Amino acid sequence: MISYKFDYKVAATLEEAFSMLEDAGNGGSFIAGGHSLVPAMKLRLAQPETLIDISKVSGMSEISKDSGSLTIGGLVTHAEVASSELVKSICPGLSECAGLIGDAQVRNKGTIGGNIAHADPGSDYPGALIAFGAVIRLAGSSGVREVNAEDFFTGLFETSKSDKEIVTGVIVPSYQFSTYVKFPNPASRYAVVGVGVALEMSGTKCESISIGITGAADHAFRARNSESLLSGSELTNNDLDSAISVVTEGQDMMSDLAASSKYRSHLCGVMLKRAISKIKEIA
Amino acid sequence: MSELIGKPVKRVEDNRFIKGEGKYTDDFNMNNQTFAVYVRSPHAHAKINSIDTSSAESIKGVVKIFTGKDIADAGIVGSICGWQVDFKNGDTMKEPGHPILVADKVRHVGDAVALVIAEDKYTARDAAEMVDVDYDILEAVVDPKAATQDGAPLVHDDVPNNTIYDWELGDKDATDNAFQNAHHITSLSYHNQKLIPNAIEPRAALAHYDSNDDKYTLYTTSQNPHLARLIIAAFVLSIPEHKLRVISPDVGGGFGSKIFAYNDECGVLWASKQIGRPVKWTSDRSEAFITDCHGRDHVTDAKLALDAEGKIIGLRTKTYAAMGAYLSNFSTCVPTYLHGTLMQGLYTTPAVHVDVTAVVTHTVPVDAYRGAGRPEATYSIERLIDTAAREIGMDPAEFRKRNFIPPFDGINEPGYQTQVALQYDSGNYEGSLNKALEVADYDSLKSKREKAKAEGRLMGIGFSTYIEACGIAPSAVVGSLGARVGLYDAASIRVHPTGKVTIHSGAHSHGQGHETTFAQVVADSFGIGMEDVNVIHGDTENVPFGMGTYGSRSLAVCGSAIMKSVDKVKEKGARIAAHKLECSPDDLEFAKGSWTVKGTDKSVAFGDVALTAYVPHDYPEGEEPGLDFASFYDPANFVYPFGTHICVVEVDKDTGQVNIVKYVAVDDCGNIINPMIVEGQVHGGIAQGVGQALLEGAVYDDSGQLLNGSMLDYTMPRADNLPMFDTDHTVTPCPHNPLGVKGIGEAGTIASTPAVVNAVIDALSEFGVKDLQMPLTSERVWEVINNNNN
Repeated sequence: MISYKFDYKVAATLEEAFSMLEDAGNGGSFIAGGHSLVPAMKLRLAQPETLIDISKVSGMSEISKDSGSLTIGGLVTHAEVASSELVKSICPGLSECAGLIGDAQVRNKGTIGGNIAHADPGSDYPGALIAFGAVIRLAGSSGVREVNAEDFFTGLFETSKSDKEIVTGVIVPSYQFSTYVKFPNPASRYAVVGVGVALEMSGTKCESISIGITGAADHAFRARNSESLLSGSELTNNDLDSAISVVTEGQDMMSDLAASSKYRSHLCGVMLKRAISKIKEIA
Repeated sequence: MSELIGKPVKRVEDNRFIKGEGKYTDDFNMNNQTFAVYVRSPHAHAKINSIDTSSAESIKGVVKIFTGKDIADAGIVGSICGWQVDFKNGDTMKEPGHPILVADKVRHVGDAVALVIAEDKYTARDAAEMVDVDYDILEAVVDPKAATQDGAPLVHDDVPNNTIYDWELGDKDATDNAFQNAHHITSLSYHNQKLIPNAIEPRAALAHYDSNDDKYTLYTTSQNPHLARLIIAAFVLSIPEHKLRVISPDVGGGFGSKIFAYNDECGVLWASKQIGRPVKWTSDRSEAFITDCHGRDHVTDAKLALDAEGKIIGLRTKTYAAMGAYLSNFSTCVPTYLHGTLMQGLYTTPAVHVDVTAVVTHTVPVDAYRGAGRPEATYSIERLIDTAAREIGMDPAEFRKRNFIPPFDGINEPGYQTQVALQYDSGNYEGSLNKALEVADYDSLKSKREKAKAEGRLMGIGFSTYIEACGIAPSAVVGSLGARVGLYDAASIRVHPTGKVTIHSGAHSHGQGHETTFAQVVADSFGIGMEDVNVIHGDTENVPFGMGTYGSRSLAVCGSAIMKSVDKVKEKGARIAAHKLECSPDDLEFAKGSWTVKGTDKSVAFGDVALTAYVPHDYPEGEEPGLDFASFYDPANFVYPFGTHICVVEVDKDTGQVNIVKYVAVDDCGNIINPMIVEGQVHGGIAQGVGQALLEGAVYDDSGQLLNGSMLDYTMPRADNLPMFDTDHTVTPCPHNPLGVKGIGEAGTIASTPAVVNAVIDALSEFGVKDLQMPLTSERVWEVINNNNN
């Protein structure tokens, strides 16, 4: 990597991290796994003057269960989420999602906090976290706050987190069924379209459903029109076809070398159908 | 029976590679070395108004900045074209120059305008960004056919219609006649898209000028260090050839892209003398995308004429072949002598005509890339063949059998003279197809395809029966066709006093496994162990003048030079053995590492003879001491590997995604020295061919910007894009080289692309699809399905 010149500091605690950021003025940037920031630095698209390494901060590397919900520390790697038995038991869809991120090297270094803070439009987690009703926990020098995942992702590489806050953890409630399916970009393996689905069934009837879609628009979104058509339905093929027909309603589909907006929109429907079929197979 | 030839000996070089202990150009360092970065054009076509280096020069640690003016003042022209192909009317090929740093006008994104040298690579990069170039952006042209139209932007003012040459091969009148009398004509038009090689190690150079000896040393990523030395010394920088040493240490893949003596490497070598310090330059991936020579980029119309019985009576192609912005070393021979000459395929087609127009465009230069011309030819032929078979309702295997050249061994039956200049050495094409049909279990595949159709799934079977010409090449022949070099190779064998052996190879290994294959051949010949032989390559001061490695030539050409040296060692060894055994050399036979007096148990071992040669106390009168021979081998003909590949795909109707579910490759590369290495070459070759069929391709916008110049956007094939391969072989030895070998490095790439596309088109045939532009991305395939559903 032949980046611009930068300073490198290691923070032992969150307090120290915030104070280092303060000291760095406008040129400071937190780094954990480095899998979003370092590629940008390598291409000289990012020019942080001071990197503040938060990967040694304690208390952010655990996965725990707290009154039925999962709490995942911001420093937990994708590989750890993918392989965690706790995650598999409470929210298997999140484990599936983490296992589909990048490749083994990326999963071994990249962290959930860094991933969602970066908010790449093709990132997998946002689609899953929105679907699963996750809450993002943020810490700043003035304290801690929590934001619903749906409100967290606001635009292309844009979130409701300030530059001076750190994603310290993610809280994921338990669902009866959850899954995540994606159509990867053949080159980058980011999601061209990724669909997370959380579902509560009562017999053969869908009690409630939540659908999060990433990769398709400039930021992950909930497919509420599809949700309302499916909620209370028997999830028949006709129900699914109706839901698919409105899945991207109101959303601007991205268009790039990997997929036109028309194709992306179509893939949203295909992936939604596959996600629900996958749940129906285990339900 | 040999002990080592034909055995899957594990690759000896892999020991260091697997441990990460290979030593590549960038791993070498010199005292007091500096670091270079090229300032490159962000525009495809622009006039340079001015270059201001002052703020860059003011950065601490900047040693020197050169611009095009410095290069022009030094009277250096830049790298050259090594093959002259003239116009049909006899006019000389257009040969625009390519200065190491351009001063007037940039002609592709990545064209170099300045060279920044600094104490470290970070400073060099920072300073390169500070070089201020004032450009007037001009209109660009990227499409090869559009570039020839009147009024298209000119890449070089002195190249009208951007046309480097036009060229034809074959009998035009006979071919016209065949098409006039045809019962059926099959036509295809397509762009054999531009590919970016992406060897895993980017190009690099470490250059040093030693004023004490007035001598240059260049470590660089070359597939052919002697060829690089010849071009750089004699043609680019006017260095006396004996004053330049070129070392190509371990090289991480080439695929053709490291054959060429690039301007970048010449530039740092020149600069090292100007500043009196070593200069290191290492390309990064982004730079590699816009400076390593690309491959393919042919726009082609292809037609096949059939009679009423399904016999091919004529084939005609018209191709616009892009050279990119400048003529790279061998760019001009790829679409002609490596493409047009293959256009008969392995069929009896009585009339063939190939027409090629070579064109410059505002894109990265194009040159040989794995297969080089032969994949393009094979794509044309094999796509036409499968399409024609479908159009006339004949099974594609049966259609091929009806048109194959009958078997010939090149010894009892003569070689086969094609309509397009080549004489094939030996072949059994139907034998190859039959074996592939058997391995694939074609009948069961066909019923599976029926079953899939009944279930509403899309399954397709595609064929490719290919022939290629490799092991280039007889020097006199290529010379008569415009080559400015000979294409022999060279090797020496040094037997040491203890009977151990060092091979000095003119061929260079950058993934091919020469250190294993060549050692196997020599150890087997002398009846010694693999561990008793080592292979030296890649240093012009340590190996004989060989032409290097490309065109699947190393074993067929350099291996033959090795065998000539083996024979010389054995001849002299026999004279020494005869002296020791007090008999005539004619009384001896050599087997299992010893010379034995025929019909007796009197023998002397190879090692004893070696020792005697170097400690010649009791020695044949008049015999020179030592056991050390160099040989040159100029091949009698090309070698012609061939084979049959069968690809089976399933297409996901919902997404358009193509999944290769079965792949059968039956290749015939003559005798096989190391089946494991051969299989590895086939696997890698297929992967690259699949890459072209389904995934890869440079995408330029109209202004000449490369839109997918990174691994985030340019899709290289990966393991999960590929099935397990079913590989097998037939063996039809080459009749004209000592090992009877042909060449396997490019076969997989040449064969697989049309096999995959044929399979996808077969799967989509129910939609009436005849052709699709490569790469067959999911979206392109889905569009076909979707348009049909609506």
